[in-house]
Amino acid sequence: MVFNTDGVPFTALAPVDLDVPAGKFVSLIGPSGCGKSTIFNVIAGLQPPSTGRVVLDGEEATGTIGQVGYMLQKDLLLPWRTVLDNVALGMEIRGVPLKEARDRALPLLHRYGLGGFENRYPKALSGGMRQRAALLRTLLIDTDVVLLDEPFGALDAQTKAQMQEWLLQLFQDFGRTVIFVTHDVEEAVFLSDEIYVMASRPGRIIDQMTIDLPRPRDRSVISSPRFVAMKKYCLDLLHNVGEAPASRTAAA
Amino acid sequence: MTDAIVASGSKDNAGRGPTRQRKIVRKLPVEKSWSTALIVTIQVAIFAGLVALWEIAADFKVVDPFFWSKPTAIWDTLVIFLSQGGAATDIYYTFRSTILGFILGTASGALLGMSFWWSRNYARIIQPYIICLESIPKLALAPLIVLVFGMGLSSKVAIATALTIVVSTLTAYAGVRAVDKDQERLFYSIGASRWQVFTKLVIPSCIPWIISILRVNIGLALTGSIVGEFVSSEHGLGRTILYAGSTYEISLVWVAVLVLSALSMVMYVTVGWLEKFLQKGVDH
Ligand SMILES: Nc1ncnc2c1ncn2[C@@H]1O[C@H](COP(=O)(O)OP(=O)(O)OP(=O)(O)O)[C@@H](O)[C@H]1O
Ligand SMILES: [Mg+2]
Repeated sequence: MVFNTDGVPFTALAPVDLDVPAGKFVSLIGPSGCGKSTIFNVIAGLQPPSTGRVVLDGEEATGTIGQVGYMLQKDLLLPWRTVLDNVALGMEIRGVPLKEARDRALPLLHRYGLGGFENRYPKALSGGMRQRAALLRTLLIDTDVVLLDEPFGALDAQTKAQMQEWLLQLFQDFGRTVIFVTHDVEEAVFLSDEIYVMASRPGRIIDQMTIDLPRPRDRSVISSPRFVAMKKYCLDLLHNVGEAPASRTAAA
Repeated sequence: MTDAIVASGSKDNAGRGPTRQRKIVRKLPVEKSWSTALIVTIQVAIFAGLVALWEIAADFKVVDPFFWSKPTAIWDTLVIFLSQGGAATDIYYTFRSTILGFILGTASGALLGMSFWWSRNYARIIQPYIICLESIPKLALAPLIVLVFGMGLSSKVAIATALTIVVSTLTAYAGVRAVDKDQERLFYSIGASRWQVFTKLVIPSCIPWIISILRVNIGLALTGSIVGEFVSSEHGLGRTILYAGSTYEISLVWVAVLVLSALSMVMYVTVGWLEKFLQKGVDH
């Protein structure tokens, strides 16, 4: 992926190969600016790649929009819509009549901790609730693949932990393929089946690891030796990349 | 490192040593607000004082009552104008052309401004023309507009529209450019069509911008129709002012100006109320 900034080509992403099996939870971690959001934008069809292709379920999907659910780095709730109507937005755009979309969204709001707020406006929600609403909006769009770009990046530690468990439950309930971006190694290990570690300048994948901790996962897994070892391995990778960015080559 | 900084600091101050900060113990300044009743009383008193001063000055010929009239004479004229003069007709004519111009100018300007969202190329082509239109002193064109549209209602509405449409266009266009790019991307990521983005994102995001020009536009529309009436008309407050001035009925000039201010105040209040009402629908 090459960007043209004031006529100067800037290689944001070196060739990157990401193969995500259906129904898996895959995380991308890497330093800021290594091109994680850019990968998502390309997959979602919002940015044409300079070279390369997006293939979904065996079919060419380069440059097509609406094929995957995408939760951008901000919650982007519309301030003039109620929480319920915000959550229903995706369905509405995809042709579900508003009333039916609301009927479908309402029970989910109740089930996932937004009950009683359906007729309030986003301003009235806490940060965690806003993220939940945005996530529900994304999941209610009927797509097999869901892209989540740092959904919990701006939350405090305690809310974040709650949201992670909530997301795991959602992942189980909805049975989607999830690609997840985060800066938080512990979060990545806790949630994922697979982790891709990236480095920057140019953005590239330097390692891939499989997390074979059993599901459903409980928070207690964090203190298990396997978890700690995998987390340490990841952290070391990221740390080394930070020290000597130029000399390292792709390990995966 | 720290030593170096300290050393250079004392060298700069050449033996004086660093200036000591004063220790400050001071209360946060707080103005007590007076009761509304007191404020209003003072306001009324100032007004009454000025009117009385005017009256006395006119009585003692300090100001020439022929050119400036005086409050009691104005009051008498006001009573006559309201009870038997053409007050109702004049108010009706001016009000009608103002409101029509206001609605026409605001609505078409807002639509034009928002239409720029559809194509950046189209926006770039049209933009210089809008800027040109903005820089033309439109009131200077009033005689021409009256020639084209005739003496009746349409010429006043046309001038009022001409005054309001450009501001509305530019403001709505500013609203369009302020539409959150990420929100647009969210819509497209869901697979929205351009029409869906326009109706569900662009229009709602522009509404606060459009609300913000309502108040300005009501004033502009009023100016437009008054000037139209100055140039040529059979009825209206503007015409009354012009007529009274040309026949040295200064009291009537004042009366018409007073009525005009009252009318304009009523419209401002209504628009202010409308603004609040619409705003409530926008930010909760
Ligand atoms: N439209 C663009 N034009 C030019 N350069 C861009 C553009 N979008 C992104 N970049 C550059 O590409 C690089 C990768 O950006 P990207 O937003 O994908 O990073 P990221 O990994 O998501 O970072 P973060 O973790 O901070 O969100 C950055 O250096 C950025 O400056
Ligand atoms: Mg990013």
